[in-house]
Amino acid sequence: MEGPFPRDFEEKVAGALRYADDWALPGMLHGAVVRASLPSARIVSIDTEDARAVPGVRAVLTAADVPHNVIAEEASGLGLDPVVMPVLAFDRVRYDGEPVAVVAAETQWAAEQAAALVAVEYEDLPGVFDPEEALTPQAPRVHAHGNRYASWLLEHGDLDAAFAAADVVVEETYRTQHVDHAYLEPEAGVGWIDGDGVLTLRVSTQVIEHARELAEILELPHSRVRVIGAYMGGGFGGKEDMTVEPYLALLAWRTKRPVRMVWTRQESLLARQKRHPFTMRYRTAATREGRITGQDIAIVGNAGAYPLLSTRVMFAAAVNATGPYRFDAARVSSVAAFTNTVPTSAFRGFGAMQVVFGYEQQIDRLADALGMDPLEVRERNFVRKGDPRATGEPIDTEVGIGECLRTATAALGGAPALAPRPGRRVGRGFACSMQPYGRAIFFADRASCWIGLEHDGTLVLRAGVTDLGGGQAASLAQIACEVLGVSIDRSSVHIADSALTPLVGGTFATRQLYMSGNAALKVARELRAKLEPVAAELLGAAGDELAWGSNRVCRSADPDHALTMAELARAAEDRGVMPYCHSTFEAEVGEFDPSTGRGRSFPDYTHGAHGVEVEVDEETGQVRVLRYVACHDVGRMIHRQRVEGQIEGAVAQGIGYALSEEVQIEEGVCASTLFADYLIPSSLDVPDVVAIPLELHPGKGPLGARGVGEPPIGPPAPATAAAIADAIGTRLTQLPMSPERVLAALRAARA
Amino acid sequence: MERVKVTLAVNGREVEAWVTPNQPLSEVLRTDAGQTDVKYGCGEGVCGTCTVLLDGDPVNSCLVFAVQADGAQVTTLRGLLEADGTLGALQQSFLEHGGSQCGFCTPGMVLTAHWYVGGHPDADRDELRAALAGNFCRCTGYGKILDAVEAYAQEAAGGG
Repeated sequence: MEGPFPRDFEEKVAGALRYADDWALPGMLHGAVVRASLPSARIVSIDTEDARAVPGVRAVLTAADVPHNVIAEEASGLGLDPVVMPVLAFDRVRYDGEPVAVVAAETQWAAEQAAALVAVEYEDLPGVFDPEEALTPQAPRVHAHGNRYASWLLEHGDLDAAFAAADVVVEETYRTQHVDHAYLEPEAGVGWIDGDGVLTLRVSTQVIEHARELAEILELPHSRVRVIGAYMGGGFGGKEDMTVEPYLALLAWRTKRPVRMVWTRQESLLARQKRHPFTMRYRTAATREGRITGQDIAIVGNAGAYPLLSTRVMFAAAVNATGPYRFDAARVSSVAAFTNTVPTSAFRGFGAMQVVFGYEQQIDRLADALGMDPLEVRERNFVRKGDPRATGEPIDTEVGIGECLRTATAALGGAPALAPRPGRRVGRGFACSMQPYGRAIFFADRASCWIGLEHDGTLVLRAGVTDLGGGQAASLAQIACEVLGVSIDRSSVHIADSALTPLVGGTFATRQLYMSGNAALKVARELRAKLEPVAAELLGAAGDELAWGSNRVCRSADPDHALTMAELARAAEDRGVMPYCHSTFEAEVGEFDPSTGRGRSFPDYTHGAHGVEVEVDEETGQVRVLRYVACHDVGRMIHRQRVEGQIEGAVAQGIGYALSEEVQIEEGVCASTLFADYLIPSSLDVPDVVAIPLELHPGKGPLGARGVGEPPIGPPAPATAAAIADAIGTRLTQLPMSPERVLAALRAARA
Repeated sequence: MERVKVTLAVNGREVEAWVTPNQPLSEVLRTDAGQTDVKYGCGEGVCGTCTVLLDGDPVNSCLVFAVQADGAQVTTLRGLLEADGTLGALQQSFLEHGGSQCGFCTPGMVLTAHWYVGGHPDADRDELRAALAGNFCRCTGYGKILDAVEAYAQEAAGGG
């Protein structure tokens, strides 16, 4: 890998990059959130007198101080969400840690002291904490309209006939847990009132478009709220919903002073949204040759106390629940239930991840039932282009999953990494997955981008993309520079400013390369087409005879006579051809009918296959991951190292999900508020992941790329479950597969 | 709370600060010394994000009171830059090997690795892996970090 390197990466290793908490403004106040200490209670009264008396306190705000106390996001895109979330709880609290009041003071210390002195009197109310219990008629209601919402049903083919004719039916229930994004940078930002009275926030966020929601909350014109997205210290979906933004906005607006807010790790673990725990009931029908004929799947997701993006998560779960396998008939239901637990929302994999733990283990069970090789069962059932999904729509690009699986199998190959040791058992497992990239089609997704040449020939790109650390900004520069033949070090990318950069939509749903990447490609091609006649005239050539590269344009046949980009930019301006363009990429659109479950869902998918080898300690139940191989068809690689980085990092997160991570919530009370209790993988828990990106079949991203941010997080849990089963002879159906659970399985097998 | 004066040598620069006895070193480095390359990750001494070298040895600066560090030499990530401001060899290796994604763990990770390789120039990959176990990374899966450290160690050993 050769330089020059993108500047943001250079600044990161130099310790020079300014993250959200690395900005200070003169006269800045410090904010703190007062949070509920009960999961379900009526607020009788809030006494802020003692808090206000703390020296240095400048504001103590409650629900009554919020102009429009609603975090409004209609997440479904189809007008299906019935429940709103308050910025600050006003009549009752619905989960442990829910924001009740907010404080600003001259020092962080004073803000924390004051927050602790806000006296909230509660009247305990019955709560419901289990999503399946929440769906029963007698359960306490989290919201007046009831606990059931975000209900999807997809049906395709004659399911009863498929099961009636089946040679074999396998049936199992799989359960997944609450997990935290656990990025290393806690939620943070600074808010102030800038010139022209514009409320400005510089925050760690995946979505600068939240500026509009903030304006609604403060009842300000949309044009007077600006959100600047700082480079994030990780996001993974956890900074897709708003975190500190509404509280910063309120405090800055009320005090007219700059305000800083940083959530502690402990409050982040307590109260920031998590991944949905799923209960997934799978019934799979097949012929004796191992061909899947029917899939009957019912999923219940724990939404926690408020909707956030649950509607969309449950939709992605339903569409992806059958996995990358064909079927004659399928019925998939998915429903989210409100409970008095922390809200759940976006997290890398977004509903398409939990189901991998279900559908892959069903294949393994089917193989067990038929006495077949699980890899052979997969090969016999892989989807192909043109096959219908449970929505009735066909998959419309080529599917390379079989080759991914064969590549992963070959790469894991040969002998085990370790000779068997006494008291240890070694096993291997494989899992495949499909993951959509891009938003659901009915959102009619768009992304805009501005591009221009400066007088010295340097390239400027403006796009409202937020950067999670995956090289989102750098990839756009690379795409645009390639089209115009400009070197990376002669380019600048201005990102993530809702006032100054064209909006692209947030960084989520593995959509940035697909959406902004396509927008950058489109706008760069438009600028080139605009400048081509000028260059052709000056070089006495036809447009198609030109070669663009090394910051010059020349006739392909005559590389010695070239125009520099600076000469071209100035010559164009002299002729009234302004050397800049603005353009919008529009994703393909389609209709989906929620009443029938028929229509178009996602633009396309990334497929992959993983293989893992584990060692199980019979005495402790500890599982050690010895080797790991992950292969994905990424269509076309924009940057190999960054693609590998996405795969390796997602596998590590997936291993944490499989083996150790769980936010434990007992009767609605979070019991994992210390980072010491929330076990993300360390360097000792992850082996060297062999990442194998293949360029098999072009996708719908720029130059044929397929998104890769989310896809590799799905297979680790089921692959590890298969490897454990291979080692100890028992399948685990509940995550995480902790030493306690593995030990219990070992004991049960012995008994 | 009564304030106490502490003097630190931060990357060779003398910094005086009046601190309360309960203030963590990490906070004083970020505010009084302006070292925003010291990161807050958990405040519990678990994640290693706030790692600095205190008189040459790595500490979680969120668990050290500033008063305990009075008179000490403190090295942060920026202390590894060359005199002319260019990247140090280990920083350059992180850049080249993709050892930094979001970059938030990078200060602590690079400092721990720099210290360890300094004392163990012949360390193999497994030893490096163990040495970095107290510094969490949520983005890379650690492979490219180990590539970066291993390459740096090999170059340092070869060059020395």
